[in-house]
Amino acid sequence: MKLQILGTGCAKCKQLLANAEQAIAGLDPPIEIEKIEDLREIVKFRLLTTPALAVDGVVKAAGRVLSPDEIKKLIAG
Amino acid sequence: MKPETTRHAAKTLPAHEGRPARPWGRYGLVAAGIAAFVLVYRALQPVADWLTYDLMRLTPKTHLGDAANFFVYDTAKIFLLLTTIIYAVTLLRQSFSPQRVRRALGGRREGVGNIMAAGLGVVTPFCSCSACPLFIGFVESGIPLGVTFSFLISSPLVNEIALVMLYAMFGIKVAALYLGAGMATAVVGGLAIGRMGLEDQVQRFGVAVADVEEERVSLHQRSREAWEHTQQLLRKVGPWVIVGIGVGAAIHGYVPVDLVARHAGRGNLWAVPIAVLIALPLYSNAAGMVPIAQALFAKGMAMGTVLAFFMAVVGLSLPEFIILKQVIRPKLLAVFAGILTLSFIAFGYLFNAVL
Repeated sequence: MKLQILGTGCAKCKQLLANAEQAIAGLDPPIEIEKIEDLREIVKFRLLTTPALAVDGVVKAAGRVLSPDEIKKLIAG
Repeated sequence: MKPETTRHAAKTLPAHEGRPARPWGRYGLVAAGIAAFVLVYRALQPVADWLTYDLMRLTPKTHLGDAANFFVYDTAKIFLLLTTIIYAVTLLRQSFSPQRVRRALGGRREGVGNIMAAGLGVVTPFCSCSACPLFIGFVESGIPLGVTFSFLISSPLVNEIALVMLYAMFGIKVAALYLGAGMATAVVGGLAIGRMGLEDQVQRFGVAVADVEEERVSLHQRSREAWEHTQQLLRKVGPWVIVGIGVGAAIHGYVPVDLVARHAGRGNLWAVPIAVLIALPLYSNAAGMVPIAQALFAKGMAMGTVLAFFMAVVGLSLPEFIILKQVIRPKLLAVFAGILTLSFIAFGYLFNAVL
């Protein structure tokens, strides 16, 4: 499973990344986090708002910063 | 999350799904909230006076005393206003998402499209980091460049938080002028850019934008999200506001009335363009600008000049331009900046004549 954090580097994007790292801490098997900052790549996800979170290429939430708990639920469910 | 309906179903009439079985409980909360707000608001100046003049032993009418008093009073007042406004506005406008805007604007001609885009931009939340994906998304969906720009101009420029705060501090006339000027700039600017045929100045990616499935959320969830968003926004806007209040306090306490009134008051014809030019390299969040605007006005700057300065600081943002440079070529960016600058100067003169 791969978590993808999409954002061009503003404060919200960094916060989302921090929350994601917090959510996956200590999980086994370890989950990979990919940070996508290049606009060309972000556009391929066909989003209108960043920051956004995708799991294995599917966008799960866009335009807001999810809490570590919400991210954990996404990973589990 | 337990729906309120099951908890109260035994005691009261059967309720529709999603609606609490005791609606007067919710209205009671709102009424209590309003009462609390009014009480706290009334207490602000007395508490500020007590803090600065009694507790800190500062003397009224001195530079330091006045500046400190202003700082304490204004900080408390603004944060109270901000918290209330952000929460209420967030809750109210959760139905406006960029997705919906894009769907609403798709296929509209110029003219009508520009007006709609400008109006929607006012009510849609804007984050400068979303500027690029949003811009690309709109353009790739077939929304005309000019219409997209109308949205891009009005969204950061007419900030609903600033709107409510301007109303609270200066009255409905000023707030209405701000809203009108913002929308007019957006519509005219968008129309002008649309006419210039600068479509080749935009980086194309050749991807169609799909709709991200919008989650359906309950009211309880929405109010929790609104509260979280309020906290996030307060944390983001807070530093700007404090700096703004600091500058406002310094102006309040240290700048002599004569200086501002003489150079930027009603008499000086050059005040508006100079104010706008000074504002160009400056940027502040709209909420942070309101205390500065208040202080400048109190020192004698003409209201039209204040508003022009306000809009120029908020509407022409270097950070946003740097972000947009990734998708918009310099020529179009320059046109964009130029149109905004001219609009603000024009409105400055207009307001000085009208107010």
